[in-house]
Amino acid sequence: MTSGLQWTELAIFTALFLLVTVLGFVAARWKAGHTLDHLDEWGLGGRKFGAWITWFLLGGDLYTAYTFVAVPALIFGAGAMGFFAMPYAVIAYPIVLLPALRLWSVSRMHGFVTSADYVRGRFGSPTLALAIAITGLVATMPYIALQLVGLEAVLRTMGLNGSGILGHLPLLVAFVILALYTYQSGLRAPALIAFVKDVLIYIVIFAAVFYLPSKLGGWEAIFGDAAEALSQTNPATGKPSGSLVLAEPSQLQYATLALGSALALFLYPHALTAIFAARGRKVIKRNMAALPAYSFLLGLLALLGFVALSAGIEPITNAATGRPDSNTVVPVLFGQEFPSWFAGIAFAAIGIGALVPAAVMSIAAANLWTRNVYKEYLKRDATPAQEAKQAKLASLVVKFGAVAFILFIDPQFSIDLQLIGGVLILQTLPAVALSLYTRWFHRIGLIAGWAVGIFWGIAMLYSIPNPATGKEHFGGSALALDQLSIFGWRPFAGEETMVYPGFVALVANLLIAVIVTLIVRAMKVPAGQDVTTGSDYHADEGDEDLRAIAAKH
Amino acid sequence: MASPSSSNRPTGLRWNAWNLLLLVPLLTLYPPLFNRIEPKLFGIPFFYWAQLAWVFVGVTCVVIVYRMTRDDRAGNRRGSTESERDA
Repeated sequence: MTSGLQWTELAIFTALFLLVTVLGFVAARWKAGHTLDHLDEWGLGGRKFGAWITWFLLGGDLYTAYTFVAVPALIFGAGAMGFFAMPYAVIAYPIVLLPALRLWSVSRMHGFVTSADYVRGRFGSPTLALAIAITGLVATMPYIALQLVGLEAVLRTMGLNGSGILGHLPLLVAFVILALYTYQSGLRAPALIAFVKDVLIYIVIFAAVFYLPSKLGGWEAIFGDAAEALSQTNPATGKPSGSLVLAEPSQLQYATLALGSALALFLYPHALTAIFAARGRKVIKRNMAALPAYSFLLGLLALLGFVALSAGIEPITNAATGRPDSNTVVPVLFGQEFPSWFAGIAFAAIGIGALVPAAVMSIAAANLWTRNVYKEYLKRDATPAQEAKQAKLASLVVKFGAVAFILFIDPQFSIDLQLIGGVLILQTLPAVALSLYTRWFHRIGLIAGWAVGIFWGIAMLYSIPNPATGKEHFGGSALALDQLSIFGWRPFAGEETMVYPGFVALVANLLIAVIVTLIVRAMKVPAGQDVTTGSDYHADEGDEDLRAIAAKH
Repeated sequence: MASPSSSNRPTGLRWNAWNLLLLVPLLTLYPPLFNRIEPKLFGIPFFYWAQLAWVFVGVTCVVIVYRMTRDDRAGNRRGSTESERDA
């Protein structure tokens, strides 16, 4: 493919982009409540999304543009390891089913908008709630920036590959438009747009998975070519870049990365926002059963990484950074092998696939800021209308912050931050998820465990180099057990087996939480007040005593 | 009949043996079970098609748990409004 402008693709991309823009603005009036000046309405869509809307919203929200470009890119670069996204995306739903129901119920009863709201109510500890809120904010922000990375990969493949700040102009335009309709419509905007995104994605990936192998000689040949390409020695590391199955030292890493990612998925604010927006428990149950359809799709998409290897795809060099962008592997594959009109649809699917999660993530971050920083510490007497106004502004700030990251800082930094963010958000599991079942942990124990998990997690990630790219720190998500050191003691010295540091940090988090809880209980330090009661965790739509939505609290 | 409210909702943890089915999908976390190339399906190595197929195991388990743990409260309302509540 030439590096000039791809006019057909651009035309179709622009047309579909305009369609979702219109939808984004119109969404304000869809299923409208009596006002948008309340976080229940702006930030949670009125708490009345049914099963289908939630399926499209969560599907569009969890399976992001970054996921679509990065997972095949990982397969392209390393082979089997990149497929961790499959077990991750399969086990997440059975694991989360029961806790998500309890969290929805208690939040519906008490008007909680964020996980930190819930923690505040459950433990009566503003400090613990602040810790949860800050973790959520820090984990979400780079993830928004990465959606921009995904969107840019597509724009540059279509030939909009300028250098310097001007090279980012199409991205800026797209994002300003997104910011405007999210400001106006809140969560309803991405919910409506998700319909378009998800339909396009299903069409594109199913077409790709049938059409491309038939064009390139069948899966047998594709995997044969891929195996050969992966076994070439990488000059930077002196080892093959990957393989079709997992090497021995990578197996524990695969399992712990999948498990850690699955546990973390619904701790992310943007996932919980979509859960809280549901109308009832049945909506959540049905979605835990039906969302894996997207996981199947993700698995098929991952296989396209091998197709790209077999087709001899070369990643595009990003003119703004000067380096090859491995995230362009799938867009380039589509551009090269599909007829132009279909490639345009495929690019639109990925591009719009950035808008939905970016919108939900910015709303989730805005909700966290508004409820757990602004209202808690800055303006305690904020009215619901003031909360909504603050959240709208916050969502703008968050989005433009993400753009600034991409414009002025190396995108690699955002990738590093997101990796760290995954480890961080996992440390909120004891306070947010385990607390749904027991109040045995003391708030001080939870804070201590959280702190240990955070700091040790970051320290472990810092110690991981990446010889292939020449990075000395934050080089990846795999820690050799040999390197695992607890204040200098190396329990696994000499072990090549690798493990996901987030998981290790979580184990330490839990141990410290238990130990500190025991100490603090023995010292008879009072536990905070719990505003929730046992029956709150079983509330459902239609119950008599539910809180009114958009209540003037 | 009275709608459910806090007076007739359960208060403690409710356990149903069917919930154990939710552990079955976790078998996919044990790589030695599927870390091989043969047998292939349509030319795709076992490692890949087996994990893809596991999606259906996960879905089946969740659906069974959903169906078998539908409780009386849903039954009380079923006659009057369940069909209205769909979608």
